[in-house]
Amino acid sequence: MTTSEKPENEEKSSRRDFLYLTAASMGAVAIGSVAWPLVDQMNPAKDTLALASTEVDLTPVEAGQAITVMWRGAPVFIRHRTTEEIMEARKVDVAELRDPQTDEERVKKEQWLVMVGICTHLGCVPLGQKPSDVKGEYGGWFCPCHGSHYDTSGRIRKGPAPKNLVVPEYEFTTDTTVRIG
Amino acid sequence: MAGGHRADFKNPVVKWVDERLPIFTMVKAEYGVFPTPKNFNYFWNFGAIAMVMLTIMIVTGITLAMHYAAHNAHAFDSVERIMRDVNYGWLIRYVHANGASFFFVAVYIHIFRGMYYGSYKRPRELLWMFGVLIFLLMMGTAFMGYVLPWGQMSFWGAQVITNFFSAIPLVGEGIVEWLRGGFSIANPTLNRFFALHYLLPFVIVGVVVLHVWALHVTGSNNPLGIDVKGPQDTVPFNPYYTIKDTFGLIVFLAIYAIFVFFLPNTLGHPDNYIPANPLVTPAHIVPEWYFLPFYAILRAFTFGVNIYIALGLLCAAFAMWPIFAAKDKNEINFKMVSIAFAVAGLFCLLGYFSQYELASGDMALALPASAAFVSAKLCGVLAMFGAVAILFVLPFLDSHPVRSAVFRPWFKIAVLLLVADFFVLMLCGAKPAEGFWVPLSQVAMLYYMAFFIVVIPLLSKIEPVADLPDSIHQAVTGNHKSSVSS
Repeated sequence: MTTSEKPENEEKSSRRDFLYLTAASMGAVAIGSVAWPLVDQMNPAKDTLALASTEVDLTPVEAGQAITVMWRGAPVFIRHRTTEEIMEARKVDVAELRDPQTDEERVKKEQWLVMVGICTHLGCVPLGQKPSDVKGEYGGWFCPCHGSHYDTSGRIRKGPAPKNLVVPEYEFTTDTTVRIG
Repeated sequence: MAGGHRADFKNPVVKWVDERLPIFTMVKAEYGVFPTPKNFNYFWNFGAIAMVMLTIMIVTGITLAMHYAAHNAHAFDSVERIMRDVNYGWLIRYVHANGASFFFVAVYIHIFRGMYYGSYKRPRELLWMFGVLIFLLMMGTAFMGYVLPWGQMSFWGAQVITNFFSAIPLVGEGIVEWLRGGFSIANPTLNRFFALHYLLPFVIVGVVVLHVWALHVTGSNNPLGIDVKGPQDTVPFNPYYTIKDTFGLIVFLAIYAIFVFFLPNTLGHPDNYIPANPLVTPAHIVPEWYFLPFYAILRAFTFGVNIYIALGLLCAAFAMWPIFAAKDKNEINFKMVSIAFAVAGLFCLLGYFSQYELASGDMALALPASAAFVSAKLCGVLAMFGAVAILFVLPFLDSHPVRSAVFRPWFKIAVLLLVADFFVLMLCGAKPAEGFWVPLSQVAMLYYMAFFIVVIPLLSKIEPVADLPDSIHQAVTGNHKSSVSS
């Protein structure tokens, strides 16, 4: 190939290239639009999403007691905390915590602690809901799987879990009724 | 091969078919007269054994699927129905459940064989990588199969494993929901796991075809790890190795049968005979034995990467760089390498103890900025997947010219230590993550990683190259010169 021929050839091949690229990108869009439904079908379905909120009556729960309710297929811990438990949760120096959060940030009414009862390490259900359960070194919850200790505010204090127990979206519809989700 | 050479068959039907589709020619060439090194030991049985196990798993699996109901309300009961009411259901299920264990036994021995005798090395790198891919697919298939009976271990195993993905920053939670098809492990999860558990074994068959195809291009390795030089080094596959494989297979199947008939639940967990309950976690979640070493690696990370560990890793990379780059050991400045490793070790110890929580709740070593920026959880998950993934690159980490450990005394010690280490990890994975087991699993995890990243590359450059026998024939007929001396 000589230099004089080069521009002409390049122009030809670049037109061809343009056609190739357009065809290939249209093909990619076509494949993507077919692939997306196949990928998205694995996401939560409409009936699963429809069960996304649940209402709980708290009247029978005395101070010091706790109940577990199901929400989105997962246990939610609702504990009616005693004054001592609230005091203990509030006297902690927040800066020392692994996942720093004040107790006030974690509750809407100080006596009611509402949390998803799933350990943030690998998803086990921590113990501490029943009076007979091991509550861990901080008087809150203890995960038997890999030994995470949570305090009376559900914050991680010791063990492998990286985060505090998750506080779900919830609101008090009346003084004694809570809607989770 | 369409127009290629045809074997001469006397049977007119066979001849007629073979002229149109040379399948008989192929079988004869690949499994009949196929020239195979004549010095195989019994470790060379396990590829064939693994193939038979795969067949057993597919046949029993398809028959079980005829009675199984993939729905969270019916799965547990349908498995109990298989055990009690379906004709021979108990037998088929026990063959399948114990078959998974024995498939892994065969494959682990097969992998060990590949490592010990250097079968992963040139020219068999791709063959090895297909093998690792099969291993990975097997792990996925076995995990999803274990979920199907929908007992407590099924449910909580699925919970823990799918939760691994939540360690991925930003998109983790979304991926977990996508995998589960909901906010928790539920019916959609069970349904898709059944579909994939049915599919993946056939994908494995596909990769096995590629694995065997690649094997038949390069030919088999052998205990001496030296190339076949000519016809005097080989025997035809049939009858020599068809018979030897059959004998080994029968011994293997006999041991397998002892488990199926006399110890059918020994390798399982009693908790899995309790129906799945999302509100109660079993006191002690343990995976099946074949996953324990990897589970131990996951749990060994009670610490994350903080600034000190990051510096330690940087120093280690600095120490390894000249080893990777050097052409031979004369180019390595061992003084520099040792210093870099010592500094790396020191930083890692600082990083470890600055995250080591004492019973009092204080850290063993109070250092500034000791918070981990890559969390312990993410480190554990990455290390666990990395422990399998690193097998893919083993052929490229090892550049030593000698294949077999028979002629590599240093490598032999390292690889046998790895086997011991694997069993230590298995033990740690079975024990609760507390007390003495935690530091033990950490040391064992460290050796597992170091074997691939440090020991293998280092030995590639510093281990003396032994004098190898001139040929397999010469070695096995006994008139070889002393060859182990270096």
